[in-house]
Amino acid sequence: MEELSWGAVFAQIFAQFTPVWIGIVVVFVVSIYYKSRLGLYGKLFDSNIGMIGFALVLFWIFTALFADQIVTHDPLAQVSGMKNAIPGSPAPEGTEGGSHYLLGGDNLARDVFSRMVAGSTVVMQIAPLATLFAFMVGITLGLPAAFYGGTLDTILSFVANLILAFPVILLFYLLVTPEIVQTGLPSYMAAGLFVFPLIFLWVLLNSRFYTQPTKQKLYLSGVVLIGGLLYLSLISQDRTPLNFWPDALDLFDIPGGILIVFVSVVFVNSPTVYRIVRGIALDVKTRDYVSAAQTRGEGPWYTMLWEILPNARGPLIVDFCLRIGYTTILLGTLGFFGLGLPPESPDWGTTINDGRRLLSIYPHPAIVPAVALMSLVLGLNLLADGLREESLRD
Amino acid sequence: MALFILRRLGVMLLTTICLTFIVFFLTNLHPNLEKLAKTQGNMRMTDEQVEAWLDGRGYTRPIVVRYGEWIGVAPGWTGVDDDGTPVGRCRSPGLQLEEGEEPPRFCGVLQGYWGFSTVFKAPVLDIVLTRLGLTGVLMFWVMVLMVPMALIIGILAGMREGSRLDRSLSTVSIASTATPEYVSGVILIAVFASSAVGLRWFNGTATSAMEDVTFANFTLPVVTIALYGMGYIARMTRASMTEVMTAQYIRTARLKGVSFRKIVLKHALRNALIAPFTVIMLQFPWLLNGVVIVETLFNYKGFGWTLVQAAGNNDIELLLGVSVVSVIVVLVTQLISDIGYVYLNPRIRIS
Repeated sequence: MEELSWGAVFAQIFAQFTPVWIGIVVVFVVSIYYKSRLGLYGKLFDSNIGMIGFALVLFWIFTALFADQIVTHDPLAQVSGMKNAIPGSPAPEGTEGGSHYLLGGDNLARDVFSRMVAGSTVVMQIAPLATLFAFMVGITLGLPAAFYGGTLDTILSFVANLILAFPVILLFYLLVTPEIVQTGLPSYMAAGLFVFPLIFLWVLLNSRFYTQPTKQKLYLSGVVLIGGLLYLSLISQDRTPLNFWPDALDLFDIPGGILIVFVSVVFVNSPTVYRIVRGIALDVKTRDYVSAAQTRGEGPWYTMLWEILPNARGPLIVDFCLRIGYTTILLGTLGFFGLGLPPESPDWGTTINDGRRLLSIYPHPAIVPAVALMSLVLGLNLLADGLREESLRD
Repeated sequence: MALFILRRLGVMLLTTICLTFIVFFLTNLHPNLEKLAKTQGNMRMTDEQVEAWLDGRGYTRPIVVRYGEWIGVAPGWTGVDDDGTPVGRCRSPGLQLEEGEEPPRFCGVLQGYWGFSTVFKAPVLDIVLTRLGLTGVLMFWVMVLMVPMALIIGILAGMREGSRLDRSLSTVSIASTATPEYVSGVILIAVFASSAVGLRWFNGTATSAMEDVTFANFTLPVVTIALYGMGYIARMTRASMTEVMTAQYIRTARLKGVSFRKIVLKHALRNALIAPFTVIMLQFPWLLNGVVIVETLFNYKGFGWTLVQAAGNNDIELLLGVSVVSVIVVLVTQLISDIGYVYLNPRIRIS
């Protein structure tokens, strides 16, 4: 078989991404058609920058979703003779999957293109979820700090500044090394940090349906049952000191290292979110509708979660997009230093780390994930910029 | 003002103590000590031998006492080894005592004894200082490139909000904040230093820059760090510039007929530069991050490279030394940025 030219490589990559193109077009057509009814999300389609950013983000969301259809080879399979193969090299006869290594092979003779696509799944699973968790921790602590002020505020702010004064890489090295994992410290941190989403949902629903006991009981028991089961399945892991939950009830086990990476990323992000939430809440707290709610006799948590929080959502949504990008960068940093994730993991940071040793001779194994990571973060930043512009226009 | 600085210094001291204790605690967890015993002693030690090794070197005592010794506020540990010769913290090889000289009672960070690196076989303080010097050179050139570039981009973008120049420069700064060091470094090396593209303008490593900084070996690392930080500072400058440009006194100057060029340079610039100053100062912790990545990528054996080596090889005392320095750098820059903000901005006077 012949080597593909650059044009043919790009044509075939374009064809491989067909499900993604269809997905993007459908979302765009539907959204633009119903634009006027979609609020802030609809307004996004008035700004060019926002649309470009949204398209980039959608591209990676759909790539992560359809990764199994897009990959041409098994991202972990090593094919002899394909070591450091240049882009467009034909795979030997009898290789499973596609006929060519579209973007070449890496130093272990794995397909760079398939690894990049498979890596998007890892990144898109961890980054948004970790950011969401960090937001729940930040909101649950930031709102009362701003609302009550005083000693609570002083203590929480001191702790947040403490974590922020750590250079991130030092923190990662201290938390993610195998020796520390052995002591179970990350597992205990997970147990501590992942309680916050539960507390958040509990308080959110409890304060809202306080006056409607039937609904209150229904929702709260739902939170406790479903949330509690998820929580216990999440923190109880094999081969860690925290392994107490019976396997029959353990819904899922997160593969090695991912939980630890997840915890440390949430831990690093939470103090910043806390500071942002606290800052906005301090401002919103002085508004008239907050005093009105207090005069009405609403409890402190209702005021915080159903009066202050909805009015702080604009800046928080913008920051959420930016923070997913920052979390992606952090994940890449972890991978770049070979921390946490297993060495054969296809995530982008680990792949860049693998590829950088032979960078001056074979740049393609490192360049492909690098460009992928950059385009995702760029998309998120542009999206955030578009959202900010449109929300300011009101 | 004096009271404000004093209070900030107090909080800073408390933060330093908390942070160093956390690092001390995490690096001295039992599995780390076990690994230390095995690398220093014998890889095939049994659990009892490990315990005996640690016990004979004072590692099994309470962590708070050992932290006090490390700081230098508690007298150093002393003991006797199997042969009957006295051993102790203040007798370790890093102190370089003369033959027969009596060791001091206290030997900690405050006394200038930072420990002995097990990887580099040298006193920690010496290593940290030389490496800091190398990183200082790198940071100096980063600042020389990054700060003026960022300010120029920010001011040009912010002086006419919404213009085509503003749109394109803002997109450039967004793109630069979206490119972390390990991405831009990889791309820059591939384009300018690889045989695959063939440009080969610069070196792909900066190892030779430790002795002799040249254009060829230092450009890529400096540009890599500067790019990531630049976008953020430029966006802050732009935001502050657009705000200043809508102020009353700018409109007055315009109505008076002052030329646009003069308005920007004489009236707007000074006020627009207050916010970026704080941002530049607060960038230091981020830059530290970038330094670690870039020094690893380009194999420039500075402070960040030392951090990775210390952390990767379980070199406890070196890692402690490195973290003390980095934490202090972060806290001092925060303090400078706070004081500078108050000093530069006459509208803000602390109550």
